[in-house]
Amino acid sequence: MLRRIVEIDPDVVFIDLENPNRDVLEHMFEVSRAVKRPIAMFVDQSDQASIEAAIEAGVSAYVVDGLKKERVRSILETAISRFNAFERLKRELEEAKNQLADRKVIERAKALLMQTRGMSEPDAYALLRKTAMNQNRRIAEIAESLVLAAGLLGGEVDK
Amino acid sequence: MTESMCEVRAGFIPLVDCAPLVVARELGFAEQEGLNLHLSKETSWATIRDRLAVSHIDVAHILAPMPVAENLGLGPLQTPMVVPMALGTGANSVTVSRELWQALSQFLDAADFDAANALSALGRVVRDRDASSLPRLTLGVVHPYSAHHYELAYWLASGGLIPGASVDLVVVPPPLMPAALASGHIDGFCAGEPWGTVAATDGNGVILTTNAQIWQNSPEKVLGVREDWAKSHAEGVSRLVRALYRAAQWCDVEGNQQQLATILADDRYVGQAAEQIRPCLARRLKTADGEFLTVEGFLNFASKAATFPWTSHALWFYSQMVRWGQVTFSSQAAEIARGTYRPDLYRAALAPLGIELPSANAKVEGALTSETPAGSTQGQLRLGPDTFFDGLVFDPDGLEAYVAGFEAKDKQS
Repeated sequence: MLRRIVEIDPDVVFIDLENPNRDVLEHMFEVSRAVKRPIAMFVDQSDQASIEAAIEAGVSAYVVDGLKKERVRSILETAISRFNAFERLKRELEEAKNQLADRKVIERAKALLMQTRGMSEPDAYALLRKTAMNQNRRIAEIAESLVLAAGLLGGEVDK
Repeated sequence: MTESMCEVRAGFIPLVDCAPLVVARELGFAEQEGLNLHLSKETSWATIRDRLAVSHIDVAHILAPMPVAENLGLGPLQTPMVVPMALGTGANSVTVSRELWQALSQFLDAADFDAANALSALGRVVRDRDASSLPRLTLGVVHPYSAHHYELAYWLASGGLIPGASVDLVVVPPPLMPAALASGHIDGFCAGEPWGTVAATDGNGVILTTNAQIWQNSPEKVLGVREDWAKSHAEGVSRLVRALYRAAQWCDVEGNQQQLATILADDRYVGQAAEQIRPCLARRLKTADGEFLTVEGFLNFASKAATFPWTSHALWFYSQMVRWGQVTFSSQAAEIARGTYRPDLYRAALAPLGIELPSANAKVEGALTSETPAGSTQGQLRLGPDTFFDGLVFDPDGLEAYVAGFEAKDKQS
């Protein structure tokens, strides 16, 4: 990492707040003679709003001393919006995965109702939906409880 | 509970000594005190510091010298902090690579973790490597402002091995230490448990000595509290100190070790197998011969006043910051260091429990060569030993002379 930083000789270094190597990076800035200029974290320590925004977004920034404040702020804002966009993508992916899992469990619950109570598919779904609304819970949660209960009552699930 | 619940957000790093916070939450010690304790697992000390700075968290399991460094204005974001209690003593080891162990073992009679013997062996290996123009040894520490760094440097320098001149010290995050050792990136490291045991168990490392051998019953982590939060939540601080004190006592009970290892093994906490955590809790470490050896005083959660924030500990860290050029000496700065640790808050919180409290706020570090009765509220407290392996004594009132003594010695080496 040190070699890369020496090669690139950056004005600003952004690193994910969750990256365990942050302590390594900071130590490097403190002691290394290979990194020419002293690097301080966040150019303006009094700019609490920017610092908070960055940490909120999960970014930490190390900025070369002497870089113009205005320039740093605009770079920082860009970095934050990139991080936010990336976070949103990650979240959307996570949601998509959950939705897929939800759909699977709802399908199994419907199949159970159709088998054991001789319901049609739309009726089975309507019952799940009505129960969820009455209980103020998500359909997937009701479906999950049903599949679990059926499993406990004698392995209906795999029939 | 008639009083309203107090919300506390605490950051921690996955290490065995975060146990009191985890136990306070999991076993209800926090709730009993009317605390809603939220725990947030972090990946680096830098992130703990930053989250404190922007008030994402109120308190943290933190390296004992870090709040002192923060208050002295070292490091990027300075957040005024207070330390109302310590989170135990010990639980560090110096672990070396198999290769370095091979070289060391020819100069060692026994694999018994003895710090003085290990150091003289290391000195011979370093000189041999110099003579054959081999590259300098590199040792990992967890942070520049850590007990690990100061104790390792203290130990090395005492044998004439000056960091930066005879050996190199680099920062490596604790969970990455075993991998850094296996890949040859470092030749050894000083880190908290379970990482020494993990490296010793996976076969890439050998535990050479421990901080219990370098400085007996020495400080390690503390409860760091944002000063503004401590001021606006005085009652919250007291409740937290009481909850953590009770949790720490629970952690020290031998019969609870199995349950504690299971709790800590959870992914939300340390996230390592319980078998990797149990040896440390049993104060047992694996030797090069594959045996487990009991290390007296390797770890104390509560006993021997292990939660007491001795101002002499804060001042010892300050003396080492001066010694290694992180800060210059001034009596004003020494006062800031001393004032960071707050035995007054500790006493105020624990007085209602009617427990043993030390009479003094500071002690002469290294003066107790064995377990000794100490002045306390009920006259039953026993402290020590707290000796340094080289027999030196640190009198906090003679800090300037203590540092000057090192300066002359370090230059000679």
